[in-house]
Amino acid sequence: MPTPESLRYKNKLYYLLLAAGGLVALAGLYAVHMMEEHGHIISGMNNQIVWGLPHVFAIFLIVAASGVLNVASIGSVFGKAVYKARAPLASLLSIAMLSGGLTVLMLDLGRPDRIIVAATNYNSTSVFAWNVVLYSGMFSLVIVYLWTMMERRMHVWSKPAGFAVFAWRFVLTTGTGLIFAFLTARQAYGSALLPPMFIVLSFAWGLAVFHLVQTTIYAWNEKTLDPAILRRKKNLLGVFVIASLYMVAVYHMTNLYFAHQVAFENFILHEGGTYTMMFWIGYVLFGNAVPLGLIYAPGLGDTRCVMMASALVVLGGFAFLYVFIIGGQAFPLNIFPGYVASSSFGDGQIAHYEPSIYEIMLGFGGLAIAFIITTVSVRVLNFMPQDKAYIAD
Amino acid sequence: MSEINNDRRQFMGKALAMAGIAIAPGVMLYDVKAGNDGKPASSKVRWGMLIDSNQCKEGCDDCVTACSTENGLSGGKKSTDSQWIRKVELKDMRSGRSLNLPMMCQHCEQPPCVDVCPTQASFKRADGIVLVDKHRCIGCRYCMMACPYKARSFVHEELHDQNPEVPRGKGTVESCTLCVHRVDRGESPACMEACAKAGHNAILFGDLNDPESEISKRIRTVATSQIRADLGLNPGIRYQGM
Amino acid sequence: MLRLLTTILLACSLSCTASAHESSFTPKLDIGKGGKCVEDEATMRSHHYELIRHQRDETTRKGIRGGKYSLADCVDCHASKKNNSVLGSSENFCQGCHEYAAVKPDCFECHSSKPRKAAGGVK
Ligand code: SF4
Ligand code: SF4
Repeated sequence: MPTPESLRYKNKLYYLLLAAGGLVALAGLYAVHMMEEHGHIISGMNNQIVWGLPHVFAIFLIVAASGVLNVASIGSVFGKAVYKARAPLASLLSIAMLSGGLTVLMLDLGRPDRIIVAATNYNSTSVFAWNVVLYSGMFSLVIVYLWTMMERRMHVWSKPAGFAVFAWRFVLTTGTGLIFAFLTARQAYGSALLPPMFIVLSFAWGLAVFHLVQTTIYAWNEKTLDPAILRRKKNLLGVFVIASLYMVAVYHMTNLYFAHQVAFENFILHEGGTYTMMFWIGYVLFGNAVPLGLIYAPGLGDTRCVMMASALVVLGGFAFLYVFIIGGQAFPLNIFPGYVASSSFGDGQIAHYEPSIYEIMLGFGGLAIAFIITTVSVRVLNFMPQDKAYIAD
Repeated sequence: MSEINNDRRQFMGKALAMAGIAIAPGVMLYDVKAGNDGKPASSKVRWGMLIDSNQCKEGCDDCVTACSTENGLSGGKKSTDSQWIRKVELKDMRSGRSLNLPMMCQHCEQPPCVDVCPTQASFKRADGIVLVDKHRCIGCRYCMMACPYKARSFVHEELHDQNPEVPRGKGTVESCTLCVHRVDRGESPACMEACAKAGHNAILFGDLNDPESEISKRIRTVATSQIRADLGLNPGIRYQGM
Repeated sequence: MLRLLTTILLACSLSCTASAHESSFTPKLDIGKGGKCVEDEATMRSHHYELIRHQRDETTRKGIRGGKYSLADCVDCHASKKNNSVLGSSENFCQGCHEYAAVKPDCFECHSSKPRKAAGGVK
């Protein structure tokens, strides 16, 4: 039983955390204000690197938001009780991350004040425009799904709602992958492998975020997760990490197979300086190898190790997206095949990019929004996974 | 290939038009006459250019300067400055032959920038000129990602003293307009004029659809090519001597 | 959600223009060269935005030039003789009225606030 002191202490801690989150979100808003005032000149982005750090944050959050629903889907679609108990928390995280990600994406626009225009002049061939529908649809669907789970008399609908979410989520991540897959002229993108790759990545990132939050909630409530459940979920994370590493490897291998892509791969994998470092050390080593060790190595794999592994998978995700989005643009576009090109507009040169403080603030602002939504909801509503007694003992 | 692309585009268009209709609320427009003498751009015309890299002189950037003056660009070369037209130096990897040419928006017949733009801000006029409608552009920069020729620039800073005929502003994307305001007056683009004035005559502007136009005649008689023709976008800018 | 927002925004802007139109008090404006306008004053006061917006789409997207509701024409006639602009102070034509009506015009983010001849363009 928690003592009154510990309750008071926790209460304080809760408001402190909330205030910290609020402060970061405010800093993000300030960055937006500055960017609207001065223009994108104060960001590190330019005419060569047109999507920068905000997009790394936004895409991570959106992809993880879809992936975290996997936990819910396994519960409702495949009827696994352990996961079913976690479906509400997974749905909440999904909504929170989607909100954070979309906010960043929207506020980075050159004219965020015109966002309504995107709805009134809908271009049906634009993948971006499809995604607007996909995101808003997912948002509403997940809310309905949550409602069916939390409201007793709606329980009957929870299964169909779960199915709908399950299907929608696949389409959504496919859509995110297509944003890049349709950029056929760019060496880094324009690959049919991108949508499935993003789906697999979303599984790993979503589950990692879920682990982080779940462990925190359990610790907060002074409960321990049943080791059997921990083992299952940790193995699942391991499988997802291996699968995503495999997809990323295939993506790079197929690129190496096409002669015109070799130079690009050489850049990312070998000569790209920061990008190469980030790929091998950030993504491959810390984002995959170390977490796999923490999960599978004999003697490891307890709660702390899984927590650590999850955190690393998340960081690895950011490293991966940085290399994918920014590294992919830094490598010069091959406009004149067979020629060495140079110009005042960066033809034939590796583009330079350095994220500015405002972009960092905006990105963390998005994280803070997700954090605030999660913390407040977890406190006011009951999102604590309720495992049946027979599993617990 | 380009036929397949066309089919794909039309299919996507139809399949998703419904979603579009469901989303767009009715916009009521005030009913007025379009203009005194105004006629819309005609789809019988396809404006284009033929650029002869043999005539284009190394080190000369009169076309670039003329573009800046005409369209009110700063002419700066920072990575955040707009460059609608740029001189590119090329060296053939096998033969070592060097050449140089001006590069700008290629006014594609199947423009990827238009396909990806979520708001239909990027659009192709009936006469083939690809433009950004700055009233609609939300500054997402997806078109810049999609353009295979890196033809577009994003306005990173607040602007003052724009040319009254060439509106442009912070937070929106822009690119070569083929000097649409001049073309609509019956004049040729500023870069062509400047190139002719310098005596190089490397740029020829005209109607690709009119078999009697000088540009059509030249294309019939000399070998010309399109950049990245493999993409099947059918650019309106053609090059000679590549 | 978006639609709701649009409606609210539209309602706001409508009520703003309406109050500007109905009130007997109007701001002191430097109308520049002035002269006979393309429509009568009342129409222009309440509908100038719809008029130029409609023509703006026709011109930008269809290439119809020479229409009578041209923003550049507005500026040519109404730029103050003092600073050669429709903006600058609450006496200037566009800025003055829009400040009074508390509606922020977006036009001059991109469009020139100075008349064509002064800026070196050809009419
Ligand atoms: S060159 Fe680029 S900007 Fe111009 S029409 Fe083609 S895709 Fe669009
Ligand atoms: S930046 Fe503007 S023109 Fe380009 S895709 Fe986005 S809305 Fe369209």
